[in-house]
Amino acid sequence: MKQIGRDSLHTVRLQLNGTARSAPCTPRMLLSDFLRDSLGATGTHVGCEHGVCGACTVQIDGVASRACMTLAVQVEGRDIATVEGLCEADGPMSDLQEAFKRHHALQCGFCTAGILMSCDDYLRRRPDPSGAEVRDMLSGHLCRCTGYTPIVQAVLETAALRRAPTTAIPDAISTSED
Amino acid sequence: MKPAAFDYVRAETADEAVQQLRALGADARILAGGQSLMAVLNMRLAQPSALIDISRTAELDHVRVERGMLTVGAAATQSSVEWRATLADEVPLLAQAFPLISHFQIRNRGTVCGSVAHADPSAEIPLVLLALGGEVVLRNASKRRTLAAIDFFQGMLMTARAPDELLEAVRFPIATTGQRSAFTEFSARHGDFAIVSAAAVADARGLRLAVGGVADRPRLAQWPAGLRGADLEGALNDFAWELEAQDDAHASATFRRHLVRRLGAQVLARVTETTP
Repeated sequence: MKQIGRDSLHTVRLQLNGTARSAPCTPRMLLSDFLRDSLGATGTHVGCEHGVCGACTVQIDGVASRACMTLAVQVEGRDIATVEGLCEADGPMSDLQEAFKRHHALQCGFCTAGILMSCDDYLRRRPDPSGAEVRDMLSGHLCRCTGYTPIVQAVLETAALRRAPTTAIPDAISTSED
Repeated sequence: MKPAAFDYVRAETADEAVQQLRALGADARILAGGQSLMAVLNMRLAQPSALIDISRTAELDHVRVERGMLTVGAAATQSSVEWRATLADEVPLLAQAFPLISHFQIRNRGTVCGSVAHADPSAEIPLVLLALGGEVVLRNASKRRTLAAIDFFQGMLMTARAPDELLEAVRFPIATTGQRSAFTEFSARHGDFAIVSAAAVADARGLRLAVGGVADRPRLAQWPAGLRGADLEGALNDFAWELEAQDDAHASATFRRHLVRRLGAQVLARVTETTP
């Protein structure tokens, strides 16, 4: 059993994108604030802070979850994946990120980090989703720029390319109007 | 916003959790997935003195079939049940309800038992539990008891759980041969709380219709298996009025009664194989 008093600073140790990190915090610190303010990982964004907007979505042991509805002390010892871990800082972007770029699936980018972390988890579990399934998964994210359609196209294209990397992209999902 | 300060306890075992509940008093709260509680804390609608975290309590993280019931432990996430390959055969009503519960990312962390313990009158899992005649298992530091869902839900966010009790597990009856079930709801947007939700079950026990989002708790009507046509329509209309719908910011009482009749007729038609 671990007990931490309300005013006590407790050092939380975790793996952030494969690297051991730690910082002190009190029990009430949200994982979203811990990542941004204590560990300096500001790729994770904070929007509504009650689980509605999806901007703060990260992966806890590979599972897409709201960082704003998780306490930092709850994830001690866990693997946390954030948008910073999707590719090397100076390396090529991941296939999912490249697809987002191709399809203009972001504009201001505020929601994008969370959406990428959801899609990354979802595509591992559901490698061949339908458009309706992708839209259902994306219902947990608010985007005020794109109208969502380019995001759905990027996710479906990523799934198609992962299944058959050498096959041409089907017309049904390659509907960019440029 | 950020939560107010609280003491934090991480329980390694269920015994530790209930001992802490007794030691810390009624102002302590159990924290499992936190997908209702953390929002409430962030908005400071509640300021408990202590949180007892069971999200990593291994013995409470189980989903298994035992004695004809699908038993879900207090730390098991909604996703761990939803992505179970055999769920649609075991508890098809639950399989139908999951896609309507909030969003993928919330179900990944939210727990089945947490939704039942929170007892929001619009929530889907309590409705499924009531419609199927499921059970909740409560335990404190000295004893364990089992309650039928209909006795557990007592009002708006109110249940029969005593302050020193942990909701240890919920049990959904496995579908019997020939049982039919249907779930539907109306909400402003996909993933929002339902304005009205309806679950119907037809089996050897008869016809059951559970309705959420209207009264202060999920409510159940039970009718003979053979009730059809104008008799069933009349019974449904009576039930819609019995729920004593209230006007609120989301919908008028009249609209809610209309939805009970419409959604009720839809799910009843699906379980009785008739055209609504």
